[in-house]
Amino acid sequence: MENNSNFETRKPPVATTGILGWCRQHLFSNWVNSFITLLVIYFLYQLIPWFLDWSVFSADFWTNYKGELIVDRTFCSRVADPEGDHGACWAIIIVRFYQFMYGFYPSEQVWRVNLTYFLLVVALLPLLIEKIPGRKHLIKFTIAFPIVAFVLLYGGFGFQIIPTNKWGGLLVTLVLGVFGIAIAFPLGILLALGRRSQLPVISMFCTLFIEFIRGVPLITLLFFGMVMLPLFLPEGLNLDGLVRVLVAVTLFQAAYMAEVIRGGLQAIPRGQYEAAQSVGLSYWQMNRKIILPQAIRISIPSIVNTSIGLFKDTTLVIIIGLLDLLGIGRGALADATWMGLSNEVYVFVALVFFIFTFSMSRYSLYLEKKLKTGINMGAD
Amino acid sequence: MQNNLFQDQKFRGILYQTLVVGFFALGLYFVINTTAYNLEKRNIATGFGFLNNPAGFDISFSPFLDFKSTDTHLKVYFVGVLNTLLVSFCGCIAATILGFIVGIIRLSSNWLLSRIAYIYVEFTRNTPLLLQIILWYAILIQLPRIKQAPQIWETFYISNRGLFGPKPIFLDGSNIVILSLVLGFIISFFIARWAKKRQDTTGQQFPIFTTNLSIIVFLPLVVFFIMGSPITLEYPVLKGFNFKGGAVIRPEFIAMFLALSIYTAAFISETVRSGILSVTKGQREASGALGLKKNWIMRLIIIPQALRVIVPPLTSQYLNLTKNSSLGIAVGYADLVHGFGGISLNQTGQAIECMAITMATYLLISLTISFFMNIYNRSIQFKEK
Repeated sequence: MENNSNFETRKPPVATTGILGWCRQHLFSNWVNSFITLLVIYFLYQLIPWFLDWSVFSADFWTNYKGELIVDRTFCSRVADPEGDHGACWAIIIVRFYQFMYGFYPSEQVWRVNLTYFLLVVALLPLLIEKIPGRKHLIKFTIAFPIVAFVLLYGGFGFQIIPTNKWGGLLVTLVLGVFGIAIAFPLGILLALGRRSQLPVISMFCTLFIEFIRGVPLITLLFFGMVMLPLFLPEGLNLDGLVRVLVAVTLFQAAYMAEVIRGGLQAIPRGQYEAAQSVGLSYWQMNRKIILPQAIRISIPSIVNTSIGLFKDTTLVIIIGLLDLLGIGRGALADATWMGLSNEVYVFVALVFFIFTFSMSRYSLYLEKKLKTGINMGAD
Repeated sequence: MQNNLFQDQKFRGILYQTLVVGFFALGLYFVINTTAYNLEKRNIATGFGFLNNPAGFDISFSPFLDFKSTDTHLKVYFVGVLNTLLVSFCGCIAATILGFIVGIIRLSSNWLLSRIAYIYVEFTRNTPLLLQIILWYAILIQLPRIKQAPQIWETFYISNRGLFGPKPIFLDGSNIVILSLVLGFIISFFIARWAKKRQDTTGQQFPIFTTNLSIIVFLPLVVFFIMGSPITLEYPVLKGFNFKGGAVIRPEFIAMFLALSIYTAAFISETVRSGILSVTKGQREASGALGLKKNWIMRLIIIPQALRVIVPPLTSQYLNLTKNSSLGIAVGYADLVHGFGGISLNQTGQAIECMAITMATYLLISLTISFFMNIYNRSIQFKEK
């Protein structure tokens, strides 16, 4: 028997491990890849410094290049000194920041909006974090939140009434998004159950409704809410503009939500239904206690995804004259004092939307991963 | 024994359904009544007679029909439908091509390239489409004025009023050239069928691509010269403040086209990616072991199997794109919603009729797209022998 101890284990070649190896494998694996990599690097080298320069280094924030406080477009370095090399003029966002966030909400009452934003976070906590202490009590608050939010924002119960035409900016975007999703969710569950119902008339009504809504663009539904709904309602019953839009957005979202939940319902094995029926549960008991908790659990990622879609689609309300985040931006651009700064405004609005929707999509990815591991553990 | 009727499931079912129908009928009766009353009070006559009245407004973009302000609302409708279909069709094709490219790039072994595709997808998917349309439009109208418009070979001019280019003029005999082009397509279709059949039975391959391409290109070209060049080009010429002659693509259309295709391509690329990933690794390895070339593996093995997963979500992306083309109203693109559902509605006050026709048209378009995509989907599904 020979002793192997005098054989030294040689290290792998430098070129296959560490940063160098990684680069070789992922960037320079062959001639074509190396060429593409160099091309992309050159492209980025041109683009990134240019964008950083435009948005940060040569940009105006509060003051222009002469150090003057910017109050209108003529103070922007870009406008005041067209020969010079100046970037974006973010002052339009800073000066109008209040409008972007709250619209024309009276400033002495704005604490109510801020409080609502804070309560929204509190209401979302039990939905986002499963292991939060006191989840059961917090859920009760979440269910009551829409009413609390309505009273806080609109008024009544001793609060001064702020008509909805004073609302604007991010406030309108969030109101439409959050209320739309919150009302559409239970409606969507009912529609999904209705579509799968054994009763032919109910199933037909629900199917027709869902397919109709999904077959037409949201904008036609918004027009419907704006120009046709008043004709359908008796005289004297004038619905608020925001409410009419909310009705259209909610119906739209409910139809899409119903299809997502129906997908979840279809994934529930037959045995679950049969078992629930054999222990004597009624239709509603069976759905509430056995079927829906499972169906909703598996369709949460898709629910979040349709919610992202709705959140982006709320911008459509600018077409019928509501001032959401994008609407306020366009209003600022139509104003002679800030004309011509469209790039700054649109980049800002896009960034705000991106922050919201990107975090929502990350959350849905996280849920998907968690659900997958959960199912695998069940299979073991 | 339970004699109570309410314990009987069948009876309860009938009762619930009768109640639903009853409430629905009652609601409908109430709505129709109030609507009739409201319309009478506002002096709005119902009916579709208004379709034959002159519209009284101009439409700036109508590439297929010649539109004058004396034309009827019915013609506004047709122009709108054609414009909606045009931008949807172009958008779907561009989005599919771009989506497939980006989807494949995202799976590229080049880390930098796949990261860039990822950033593109995340940025376009997570910002509202309407914002992107408006942003593209804002960029396009920042282009130089007509006087300073940059040109390409004195044929194409890029300006803030649109892209100007040559317009084909069809003279006598041009329809024979077009006919020969159609004939070329038909012949190549049959050649492709014959070649596939022969390959299936004998295994012999036939250079389909080069043969068909030359038939489609050269047949009309030969006919074109035989007929004595019946198709000529009319170039745009700068006269005063605008171009005379030639063809123009308006910035509204370009903005809609770019925004719709770039936005939808991001979604399509995700379905393409998941479709390709759904093909098991063994398929790739097996075709590699058979000695197929890398791009052949993609074309012959991976893509056909991935298509089965890709096509159903692709259909819904096409539907989304078509419905999203209704956002043209934000930049003044004269589609169905802007022209007929917007301006015609405002001028005539016929809200119910205009909205009903608009919605019905979208439903029809959606159903047609679903119908054809379902046929296509069935044709690519795995056929068990």
